[in-house]
Amino acid sequence: MTMLLATLYQIVQMLLVLALAPLLTGWVRLVKARLVGRRGPSPVQPYRDLLRLLRKEVVLARNASWLFRAVPYLMFTAIWLAAGLVPIFTTQLALAPTADLIALIALLGSARFFLALAGMDIGTSFGGIGSSREMMIAALAEPAMLMVVFSVSILVRTTSLAEIADFMMSGVVGLRISLALALIALIMVAIAENARIPIDNPATHLELTMVHEAMVLEYSGRHLALVEAASMLKMLLYMGLIACIFVPWGMATASAGVGQGIVAALWGMVAFALKLAVGGALLALFETSIAKMRVFRVGEFLGGALLLSLLGAIFLYVSRGV
Amino acid sequence: MIDLGYDAAHMLGAVVLLMSFALLYQRRLFSLLHVFTLQALALSATAAWQAFSHDEPHLYITALLTLVLKAIVIPVVLHRIIVKMNIHRTIEPALGIGLTMVAGVSLVTLSILLVLPVTEDATALTRENLALSLSVVLLGLLMMISRRNAVSQVVGFMSIENGLILAAVGVAGMPLVVEMSVAFSVMVAFIIFGIFLFHIRERFDTLDMQKIESFRGESD
Repeated sequence: MTMLLATLYQIVQMLLVLALAPLLTGWVRLVKARLVGRRGPSPVQPYRDLLRLLRKEVVLARNASWLFRAVPYLMFTAIWLAAGLVPIFTTQLALAPTADLIALIALLGSARFFLALAGMDIGTSFGGIGSSREMMIAALAEPAMLMVVFSVSILVRTTSLAEIADFMMSGVVGLRISLALALIALIMVAIAENARIPIDNPATHLELTMVHEAMVLEYSGRHLALVEAASMLKMLLYMGLIACIFVPWGMATASAGVGQGIVAALWGMVAFALKLAVGGALLALFETSIAKMRVFRVGEFLGGALLLSLLGAIFLYVSRGV
Repeated sequence: MIDLGYDAAHMLGAVVLLMSFALLYQRRLFSLLHVFTLQALALSATAAWQAFSHDEPHLYITALLTLVLKAIVIPVVLHRIIVKMNIHRTIEPALGIGLTMVAGVSLVTLSILLVLPVTEDATALTRENLALSLSVVLLGLLMMISRRNAVSQVVGFMSIENGLILAAVGVAGMPLVVEMSVAFSVMVAFIIFGIFLFHIRERFDTLDMQKIESFRGESD
């Protein structure tokens, strides 16, 4: 019965992330528009955009290889799987034993690798610039992310996300310097990885400083829809990850009865929706209050994230026990 | 289980340290002042929390002194100086920001390595507080070394003093007289700095220390 329920939860989660991701993007856009005094599109606009793109015909460059056509599917699958692994409303998922932080980073890393290859595949200069910049950002963001993972897992003694969430909810760890530093570092990494404002501007298509958009410039039709959906999923994934590690409260845990478990899971979904709403509003607030950085300052920004997470790991050894 | 007194003290100390890093990261004079104000606020909150949780009323005076002097008077005066001298442009760090940050983290590691063996039998809070405050002091020194503008050097000096107060607040038994005298000597130093800045400016037409060095005949 537990196994069945876990499978059910897993399926619900996979569908839920897919359904919520465009809404989150729409919500962030709406709040941003309101903050700068525009009315803004309705929060369901991203769904309409995706549907329109799916219906459109694919225009391929003559020299596009099979890789270019395969990448949207590969990338979407990898990120969807990764988003399905992060426990967002319950820790009792069927894939929980595989939901390992390092596996998650590997999935995201391979998605990025393929997208960067696809950016260079056609041979236009924009794609090349985008890919090289994306790799520069990745080379700085990934070590920072791994350091965050290390400091969290030294504290919790596991890299399994479900166990981390359980541990955090048990209240054994109080406020910790290391956790605070890790949280700040993880937020900085998430901003860089999702191409949000101080690093990249998600709202532009024609600017010399763009990174993510430059790579996907050659995509059209359903390919573009998949790439866009993947980046929306990625934003949801990072918010879910931050919520799962640092504010897991409200999430359903192991419980005695089936009925009880389902009620807890439903409450977990409500809590997650609230967390997303708050997180999206905070992101929009942050983005409107800051200016975009020059590309060459990205190194400083992410270097800062790396150093903060390093500091967090160091402080684990000073404070009371490890 | 959770010891709230410990946790909160620990967090506030970490915020002070984090603000030191933010000071190293900032390039503009005004944002430097804002971060410095935040650091002073965090410090004063630390002092007030310690006073509350350890029931030591004299620490409230420290908190109040920090709040009034560091978080209000000094930033306002520095702000005025910057506006008056018309130097609210980008400051040029002598070292790159990335390099400074790396140096900062190594200094923090150094101070942890230094404090841990010396304080084996002290409580966790004391050890950590000493490590934090030593790091803040060293980062303040780094700030003074790595900046060329005189105003940011003054901010560096003030943040060194923040580190000292953090140590004084965390370690039980620092007499109030010492704290008062430290606070007032910093105030005097600040006044002298203020007058000095104007004099430097009047004579040499700049606050960039590297340019002033040529007047001493050191660099050609």
